[in-house]
Amino acid sequence: MGGTFPRGAASIAGLATFGLGAMPGWTSIELAARAGLAAIADAGLALGDVDGLFVCLPDDMLGGLAIAEYFGLAPRFTDCNRTGGSAFMSHVATASIMLAAGYIDTALIVYGSNQRSGGGKLATPVKSNRYEAPYRPIFPASSYALAASRHFHEFGTTRAQLAEVAVAARGWANTNPEAFAQGPLTIDEILAARMLSSPLSVKDCCLVTDGAAAIVLTRTERARDCPKPPVPVLGAAAATWHSAISQMPDLTTTAAAESGARAYQMAGVGPGDVDVVQLYDAFTINTILFLEDLGFCPKGEGGRFVEGGRIAPGGALPVNTNGGGLSCCHPGMYGLFAIVEAARQVRGDAANPIADVEVALAHGNGGTLSSQATVILGSTATL
Amino acid sequence: MSTGPGEVWRQALDEGRLLLQRAQSSGTVIFPPRLMEPGTGDTDLEWIEASGMGTVYAATVIARKPPEPASNVVLVDLDEHVRLMSRIDGIAAEEVRIGMRVRARVLTEGDEPLLVFEAV
Repeated sequence: MGGTFPRGAASIAGLATFGLGAMPGWTSIELAARAGLAAIADAGLALGDVDGLFVCLPDDMLGGLAIAEYFGLAPRFTDCNRTGGSAFMSHVATASIMLAAGYIDTALIVYGSNQRSGGGKLATPVKSNRYEAPYRPIFPASSYALAASRHFHEFGTTRAQLAEVAVAARGWANTNPEAFAQGPLTIDEILAARMLSSPLSVKDCCLVTDGAAAIVLTRTERARDCPKPPVPVLGAAAATWHSAISQMPDLTTTAAAESGARAYQMAGVGPGDVDVVQLYDAFTINTILFLEDLGFCPKGEGGRFVEGGRIAPGGALPVNTNGGGLSCCHPGMYGLFAIVEAARQVRGDAANPIADVEVALAHGNGGTLSSQATVILGSTATL
Repeated sequence: MSTGPGEVWRQALDEGRLLLQRAQSSGTVIFPPRLMEPGTGDTDLEWIEASGMGTVYAATVIARKPPEPASNVVLVDLDEHVRLMSRIDGIAAEEVRIGMRVRARVLTEGDEPLLVFEAV
């Protein structure tokens, strides 16, 4: 029985983002609560309808309890699952199954972080383990740099190809009013940027911003009565093969190869059916690895695949159409923003709308390429 | 058992010895130290002394705050087929190459034993 999923039983009925960028004077829980309220309103529901709460806050490992108290809710189920920035994709899996089973009726998945205004650095309670820490890797950048070094070695991937990823993300961000990083960005500028942990420069790294996001899920038949078009969850799968980068079996293949394959199978679609792709781009190498592992190009071809603006506005495959973690926002855990953007594309209300989106994929990454989770959303026509 | 396997490993390193575990039935060599063979759960582990020889699998050069020079961080595949994070000493950080053959050396840094490697 393992591996089954209630395809299309639950839908995203409401969504919201709030405060992407710099929000001095706001706490993480205030940002999260504001996004949560907006998502509930977007779904046409009332606060008291929420009976399942799925929460991540950067500074509170028990953030679900804090949000329940803040909202004055007594949920049937509260989840503070932490698998890194992919946690929200796992939340979607849990919430969908609970909704389909009738365990809960309305799930709120919510996240907020003031890491930019609060500290100005990536806010994470995670660090290198005792077998890695003495060598002083930059956590987590050096882990991704090691993966990139291996990809360069095995497949001839280049820094210019990594730079293509960042330039494409900026291209999308430039026409997204919500995106934090805007303005021209060239491959040469990225190649000349200060090296952080080779082969990754500071321009290969995601932003440090504030921001919040929230989605409301309910059973699809109920979501059809909500004001916005329902966005059914066709599949959601997670995979973990390692925690520390030194224990990753093959630095050029992530567990997205497993989470993606299982999510496709649940959804009854393949990469060729996906109209728009949202990938957790904490670093430029991520986009290349995930395009390969999720089947959009063969293993090793990711660098060549992104050349010539293929994933940029006007390219053959729209990827990270909000600007991604590289240019839209990265408050510390980006996964929920990828889901929101995928759902907006299905609804047709994204800032950079792609025409006729029937299937959208949102992929989350956590730890040091450790936790991989894939959500496939569709329009009601796919049911 | 007086300590966990992690402490057994650390105390050996303190004496300049690099230990690994081997599952006796499968022959699989294991690192970091564990209570069982990952995947199978077999607990028939024995300690073996590593050859100390390995090959650089992945490498990064990290910019440090001046005046500290840049330093390298690598993943080394030991000849016993385990992978670990370390550092290559004795050459400039930029000279470290994937595929380079390296030999283990234990030194003391900040009162703790530290496993590093040198190019051979």
